[in-house]
Formats: sequence, structure tokens, C-alpha cells
Amino acid sequence: MIRKTPLNNFNVAHGGRMVDFAGWSMPVQYKSIVEEHKSTRSAAGLFDVSHMGEALVSGREATDYLDFVLTNDISKMSVGQVLYSLMCFEHGGVVDDLLVYKKSETEYLLCLNASNTEKDLAWLESKRDRFDAALSDVSSDFALLALQGPKTFEILQDLEAEGSEGLRYYHFTEGSVAGLPCLISRTGYTGERGVELFVAPESAAKLAESILLAGKNHGLVLAGLGARDSLRLEAGYSLYGHEINEGISPVQANLMWTVKLNKASDFIGKAAILAEKDVGPKKKIVFFKAGSRRIVRSDTEVQTDGRTIGTVVSGTFSPELNEAIGSALINSECSEAELSVDMRGKSMRIFQTKPPFIEVKP
Amino acid sequence: MNLPDNLKYTSDHEWIKLLDNDEAIVGITDFAQQSLGDITFVETPEQGDTFEKGATFGVVESVKAASDLYMPVDGEVIEGNSALEDAPEQVNQSPFGEGWIVKIRLLDVSQVEGLLDASAYAELAKE
Repeated sequence: MIRKTPLNNFNVAHGGRMVDFAGWSMPVQYKSIVEEHKSTRSAAGLFDVSHMGEALVSGREATDYLDFVLTNDISKMSVGQVLYSLMCFEHGGVVDDLLVYKKSETEYLLCLNASNTEKDLAWLESKRDRFDAALSDVSSDFALLALQGPKTFEILQDLEAEGSEGLRYYHFTEGSVAGLPCLISRTGYTGERGVELFVAPESAAKLAESILLAGKNHGLVLAGLGARDSLRLEAGYSLYGHEINEGISPVQANLMWTVKLNKASDFIGKAAILAEKDVGPKKKIVFFKAGSRRIVRSDTEVQTDGRTIGTVVSGTFSPELNEAIGSALINSECSEAELSVDMRGKSMRIFQTKPPFIEVKP
Repeated sequence: MNLPDNLKYTSDHEWIKLLDNDEAIVGITDFAQQSLGDITFVETPEQGDTFEKGATFGVVESVKAASDLYMPVDGEVIEGNSALEDAPEQVNQSPFGEGWIVKIRLLDVSQVEGLLDASAYAELAKE
């Protein structure tokens, strides 16, 4: 049975075109993916991302526990800070990518991908017994809205938001927006300035309506998962199931900056990642421009010299570049070669590009 | 549903507007552009290309999917809509007007009889 976010009625009432995403009824667009994308970059976009999962990790050894299961250095976090990290298997592949919120020395909130929430919780639980720490699924305690775009803070000011003024990037505060208590996080998946708002489910619709109303004067639009995907790809951000998955390691995905090999704690996957880093990965993720408007879809074969040497993992149209962009997993030995893709029987050159495709200004 | 009376339609959600001199213009319907979503690329054939009724003469691509275009009648291409190269979104914005896709010369005028009128197409699109 398909699950509904607390904003389901809101989404449908505002013309959301609903699709099944990870078992949730989600809006892929309201009016137009391209318009929602462009508006987010020029003004602001409001996204329902309540399908994401949340977990609470608490206890005396909460920090040690997270440092063991996550690749980034949790012990270095300060209260009020947010950290992006991977969670890896022993063999180095990725269980999930997630955000960690340090609420206190003994309490952390984790924000998990919707498609991996159940898997993540089971994995985390299975690694917990050595530690004096508790784990609970708090996903149903939260609705999550993302307000992204250059007008974000002007809109929040109009809504008399408390706690958002002076909030630094990758930090959060427990404040309020439009009089509704929420956790305000200066994070996002678009490459624009923005916040993500964790709010009680029963207040979600009221919050969304308030933001929509206040945002009208600033050019705010409702934006769906379609725009969310083209925005994140332009910004060069990874999406689980595409640039990272159980078979792709942080070495292959160019995400070693989230892996702190020298942190005091050992962590799951460390040995495998270290070994792969030393030898060099056999495959790697590269990003590309298509040189035309023709979208190169996932699973398209990537070739060089007539041989297939990889597969496209993400592909969409970039409204900023007016060009198709994407990412692919290819044999590392070909990372300097001229690449092309098979487009319905015709070979088309693609052009490797170091991400981001646009200027990221959060 | 937006459905001009003076056009003929096909079950592949295309319309054809008959002009003088056995010429016609072909495009996709409002229903089709809505289903496709934001159109990002349109591939049109070359002047002089000929196609049998039902043959693939081009492609309409959107963020969602790529969709083949089928010639509604036997025809020879006079021109493709070159404006769609830089502004394929015209197909979304004006599917029956500026978003036209190709202008053709009919090679068998009798085939027009077999096409759907607006109400027949409306029935079909409902299903």
C-alpha cells in the first residue's frame, strides 16, 4: 500500500502530479520540471521531502557508535552542526549517504534516504550491541520541507522565523517558522542557499501554506522530485542508487572527502577502502555534458574505441546549460579517453566535465 | 481538453492540418504534450524525406521519456519546424500552433478519410 506524506492533500490540491517513489506518493512536478528548476535558481522553490527517514541515536556512547558505523569523523562535531557522511559495508560499498545532526554530546538525529530507511535502521541496529547507545526510528515524528533558492532568507524573514538569522551553512537550530516550532537546518540538495525544515506532521500543511503565501511576492514556486533531480545533478551531488550504491565505493564515487581515514575510531569499511585507495579503483564515476539537448538516459552504454567500458547512471536536461548532462560509471583506465554513448543505434560523443555544472552558492 | 475541430487526429496522439495543394502540417496533441511533460528535444526529418503512413519520422524527447513520431499519412517532408531546435518547449506551450512539428506533401490524399475527427479522438484519449 502506497504511503502518503503529511503534505499529500496539499500536494494534490496544488496540482501535484503524483508518482510512486520508494513506496511513497510524491509529486514529480506541479506545473513544469524546467520552470520549477529555473525558479529555484532565480527565486525559490518549496519541496515536500517528508518521505525521508529520521532516526535518533542517543546514549553515553552515541558518538563512538556513530563513529564506528559512519565514514566521517563524528567525534569532531560540535553541537548544532550538521555533517554529511557515508555508511559503508565491510567491503567498502555504500549502505546509504546521510546527514547527521548533533543535538547534544549524547544525542544525534540522522536523516536517511527514503529508499533506504528500513535497510539503514536494520543495519544500524545490527551494529549497536557493543555500544551503550539507543536507536529509534522517529520518521513518523517529522514532516520535512526544503525551501531552497536565493530568496530563502527574505521569505523566512517575512514569516518571522526564529533562529534562522545568521545560521551558518551545515548548522541547525531548533526555532520556529510562522509561529510553528521546527528544526531549521541550513542544508540542501540544490546547490542554492536554502534550509530544510523538520516540523511536526500535524503542522506541515499550515507551514507549507504559510511559506507559499509569503513566498508569492518573492517568486517562490512549489517544486517536485523532477526538479529536485535536475537541480542536484547540476550541482554535482550524488544520488543513492545512481552514483553510489552497495557496489560502488567512496573511492569510485569521488567521495573520499567524507571518509576520514585518520580519525581515531576504526569504522566499517575502512580496510577495504584503504586497500582500494592504494591500488586505485577499477571503476570510477565521471560526470559529462552531452553536447546537445538529447538526454542520455540511465543504463545507456558508454563506449570508447567501439568498446563498451561503462554505463550511464544519471541523465537529465540542464535548464541552466540548455544541454543534457549526466554521470556514468566507467573503467578507470578510460577516464582520459574520448567517450561516446549509444543513442538508439547512433554513436554520440559525450564530454567529461568536472562537477559542479553550475556555480554552487549555498 | 483542448481539441480544435478543424483538425484530424491519429490514435498516436498526433494531429494533421490540411492545407491547399495537398500540403499539411503535423504535430502532437495537447494530451500528448501533457503526458510527456517538459519537452527538451525534437528530432525532425530532412526536407525531401518520404515516409509511409505509420512510419517513424522523428522523436519527441522529454525529461520523462523519448517518444517516436509516426507519419499519419504517406508524405514527403517540405520542412521541419526549425524553431523547435532552440525552443522545443513550444510544443508544450502551443501544441496546435507554434509547436507544429513538420510540414508535408500528401502522397495519397485518400488516406485522409481514415483519420479520426475531434470527437472520435476525444473518445480514444479518454480511455
